[in-house]
Amino acid sequence: MIPVQFDYAAPTTLQEALGVLAEAGEDAKVIAGGQSLLPILRMRLNAPEKVVDLGRIEELRGITDEGSHLVIGAMTTYADVLASSAVRDHAALLVEAVKTVADPQIRHRGTVGGALVHADPAGDVGAPALALGAEFVITGPGGERTVPADEFFRDLFETAVGEGELLTRIRVPKHTGWGAHYEKFVRVAHQWSIVAVGATVRVDGGSIAEARVGLTNMGSTPLRATAVEQALVGRPATEEAVREACAAAAEGTDPPSDLNGSADYRRHLATVLTRRAVLAAAGA
Amino acid sequence: MTVTDERSTAAGPEVGRSRLRKEDQRLITGRTRWTDNIVLPGMLHAAMVRSPFAHANIRSIETEVAEQAPGVITVVTGADVKDTQGAVATAWPITTDQKTPDHLPIAIERVACAGEIVAVVVARTAAEARDAAELVDVDYEELPAILDGREAAEDAVLAHPSLGTNTSAVWRLDSAESGTGGNVEEEIAKARTDGIVIEREYRQQRLIPSFMEPRSTVVDPTGEQVTVWTSTQVPHLLRFLIAATTGMSESKIRVIAPDVGGGFGGKLQTTAEEFATLAAARRVGKPVKYTETRSESLVSGHHGRDQYQRLTLAASKDGTVTALKVDLIANLGAYVGLVGGGTPVLGAWMFNGIYKFKAYQFNLRTVLTNTTWVDAYRGAGRPEATFAIERIMDELAAELGADPLEIRERNWITHEEFPFASVAGMTYDSGNYEAATARAKELFDYDGLRREQQERRDRKDPVQLGIGVSTFTEMCGLAPSRVLGSLNYGAGGWEHASIRMLPTGKVEVITGTSPHGQGHETAWSQIAADRLGVPFEDIEVLHGDTQIAPRGLDTYGSRSLVVGGEAVVRAADKVVEKAKLVAAHLLEANAEDLDFSGGRFTVKGTDQGIGITEVAAAQFTSHNLAEGMESGIDADATFDPVTFSFPHGTHLCAMEVDTETGGTRMRRYVAVDDIGQVVNPLIVQGQVHGGLVQGIAQALWEEAVFDEQGTLVTGSFVDYTLPTAADTISFLTDNTTSPSTTNTLGTKGVGEAGCIASTPAVVNAIVDALRPLGIDDVRMPCTPERVWTAIQSAGASAGGEVSGGAQPHFDEDAPNQDGPEPGAAEAGQKGADQ
Repeated sequence: MIPVQFDYAAPTTLQEALGVLAEAGEDAKVIAGGQSLLPILRMRLNAPEKVVDLGRIEELRGITDEGSHLVIGAMTTYADVLASSAVRDHAALLVEAVKTVADPQIRHRGTVGGALVHADPAGDVGAPALALGAEFVITGPGGERTVPADEFFRDLFETAVGEGELLTRIRVPKHTGWGAHYEKFVRVAHQWSIVAVGATVRVDGGSIAEARVGLTNMGSTPLRATAVEQALVGRPATEEAVREACAAAAEGTDPPSDLNGSADYRRHLATVLTRRAVLAAAGA
Repeated sequence: MTVTDERSTAAGPEVGRSRLRKEDQRLITGRTRWTDNIVLPGMLHAAMVRSPFAHANIRSIETEVAEQAPGVITVVTGADVKDTQGAVATAWPITTDQKTPDHLPIAIERVACAGEIVAVVVARTAAEARDAAELVDVDYEELPAILDGREAAEDAVLAHPSLGTNTSAVWRLDSAESGTGGNVEEEIAKARTDGIVIEREYRQQRLIPSFMEPRSTVVDPTGEQVTVWTSTQVPHLLRFLIAATTGMSESKIRVIAPDVGGGFGGKLQTTAEEFATLAAARRVGKPVKYTETRSESLVSGHHGRDQYQRLTLAASKDGTVTALKVDLIANLGAYVGLVGGGTPVLGAWMFNGIYKFKAYQFNLRTVLTNTTWVDAYRGAGRPEATFAIERIMDELAAELGADPLEIRERNWITHEEFPFASVAGMTYDSGNYEAATARAKELFDYDGLRREQQERRDRKDPVQLGIGVSTFTEMCGLAPSRVLGSLNYGAGGWEHASIRMLPTGKVEVITGTSPHGQGHETAWSQIAADRLGVPFEDIEVLHGDTQIAPRGLDTYGSRSLVVGGEAVVRAADKVVEKAKLVAAHLLEANAEDLDFSGGRFTVKGTDQGIGITEVAAAQFTSHNLAEGMESGIDADATFDPVTFSFPHGTHLCAMEVDTETGGTRMRRYVAVDDIGQVVNPLIVQGQVHGGLVQGIAQALWEEAVFDEQGTLVTGSFVDYTLPTAADTISFLTDNTTSPSTTNTLGTKGVGEAGCIASTPAVVNAIVDALRPLGIDDVRMPCTPERVWTAIQSAGASAGGEVSGGAQPHFDEDAPNQDGPEPGAAEAGQKGADQ
């Protein structure tokens, strides 16, 4: 379908983009890879007066190693992440999750930052970012601020990024040597997650020394299963031990009910998938 | 069997050769005439204003604001064109008293389903038309809507209040009444006392055909003829129905189906959109284009299936089936489509499947509801029937504790018994169920998988294995005109071909069939090349334009090859007969002394001869024809089949069921189809593969869902979960061959076979995996949640719970892949040979 007519701006620097956004105010919409926004515009579910395309801002794209952290530019595509040995070595969970996103065409257009700011709870990068304790660098007219992961996701399609601001970078603490697995449950391959669980663990001498677990589509935002994380610490990486620790994976969640499953079914899935994700991450 | 593209340098006949499709380059690159690619001088664009309500009176339509919008030429309402807009017709009233509500292209007083057109905006650009469509203000008075077919049968809420009932028709076939078998009630009563009676209810969910190319129509009213380009399967039927319902002269209408991107029955329709675009173009006097969006397509293109099936199967204690009684409710949606009520009727002759039942009865009630109208979808009536019988044969096997293949063998027609008169009154032409089944078992490693199934059961593996069987047949080649006449169908079932022998040695084959992805240009070229002895490359197949191919009945119901292909054979044979007379004169010989082989006439016992293309040149100049001979060797033929042909096959499916999540994974799929003689094995492979996926999709993934207000919830491909290649496995396919006796080449249809056979194979496999838990059905699509819920509600009580051991689950890097055993005909590898 044809979107409602809009003005289009394609700034080439971050400063220029912030200026365009300041001028356009609330009637502007930012487009990154466009994999969520374009369908929304084409189905006329949204009709912004101005679309600001970040695709030509080189400084927003790329992955750099800053010692304790990896820094991923907001306009880095999924395909860029998959091609990065740094991400594979130091934040493997992100790679595991991004591998499952839709199809190759979408992974070459869609961006990590775009998906995070879109904040669809069924999207696949939110829960891993949360589990990895990522920090979100947000730039606005007043300069930069950094928001921790647990304050970034506010609600359905709502993040800490305010009007006139842009997410510019994601700082991911290195989890070097951690095992990782993203267990995604879908009916068809190109679907959004019905439920998915991202787990990354550090195994030391056959026991789980540290664990991080993020849940996709189990509430209005990505969630972190902290009770499971704590229960896993010190346990042997065995089926029985992990099963017990993961039994509470769905506690405190508020999953949706829709054509793909009721909330109860999703809660059940979350416990099964958490166990599988943790075991796979632990190499068990 | 290895498939390679043996080009024309290879010797031997064209028929049977795996030719790459000559039409594919232009179709795949899109550098061709899809309807939406057509641009005419001064062309305007239409956008449809559609009802958001499932059932409502139209109080008023305010168009002034929209008419003032930029670029808008006019807004057309139904009232504006009420005498000229025509009607969306049904060709097959299945009974003389069928209730058929008027179906106006642009609704005037009332809408009966969401998505109905209430106004057409015509503007200079498609964007301007779309913008202005949102400015048309329609005042609706919402009415109660009835959505479900079974509830509709109770008439508590009426889809069309003026009809007084939701029942459109009641139709029945009874073997005792027709003299083709015994009395169903007697046999069931007998079985209740000293046999087995199995009663089941199955649900055929609603599906959406989901062709690749959305529907598009361009109408040019500026010439002497009105020309309609449209993405349709049925240009000839559309031309006829435009004339019949608008009052336009048929000779003033030219309909062109240019390249069409898929249909699956979804374009076996004359649509409201076509008529609305025609009405708008005639009103403004300029060319108008309308191309639907995918969302519009999902809600307003006709849907498929949607039946409630009640089955009563009677058998003796040894598993010999004595009777089958079928009670169907078919939801037609808001209107009776082109085939409409006939679609479920096409299943009437197929519920008995490949079996020898003593008695049979089929009772059908078609009902109207306030949902998108329902009509033909790949298989049309036969998938529904095949599903029902193949599911319940598995239930009989389970009841007896017998292998499902053994139960089938006990009841099927043996190969010595063909031609076989079925209990439903059909004569099956040929078949060999034993051979197809034996080959399928071998490819599948049936015994090995049964062993693995037992092992998984024994160790209470959380991933259980199920094996599903589907031994299907179908009737194809629609259709003998006399049969259609006896069923009240509004047209014949013949097909036409013409062959023009051009003076330069090239050949034009004109067919009345209307391909939309099947590869007719390639297959028809192969047929004509063999009959005429001219190179494949020298043959052009023309179709889909009522001016070029004036006679034809189009493409649906696996008819094109068995009916249309036979017309090509007969036209070619006539060409040869005519050319022989010319050749005899040129060779100064008697016609009866000439042989024809490899494109050459030769005088018996001599080395004298002349090629058929030389004859074509000679008749072009006509310098030296026999005294009194008419110039020309072109020929036409119309073929009207005497009966249907009956492809069959044995499909075996292994499914893994994850009892922890309800998720399912296909492990292996074998399809051995007997479709008679094969013209092009590569095209057959494509048809089988595509058909299998479509049928598997009904079993696992697809369902059209409305909410309580009648709004389509699965209104985009986000929610209507079509599978892609990533969701399917490499199928193992092979053929056995029982040539059809209904046509010269011995061919049977293949377009629908895969889709008809695969659905029950998959569901049978899932149920087979779960049967130890006490589960005997999972409703389609068998979503993980439905499977899991079935396990939750049944598993515990049956004491068949499984342990939680860490067995391999779905490995994500190679979804649904399982290598074939060595030596198997592996379909994916065949494709790689190209």
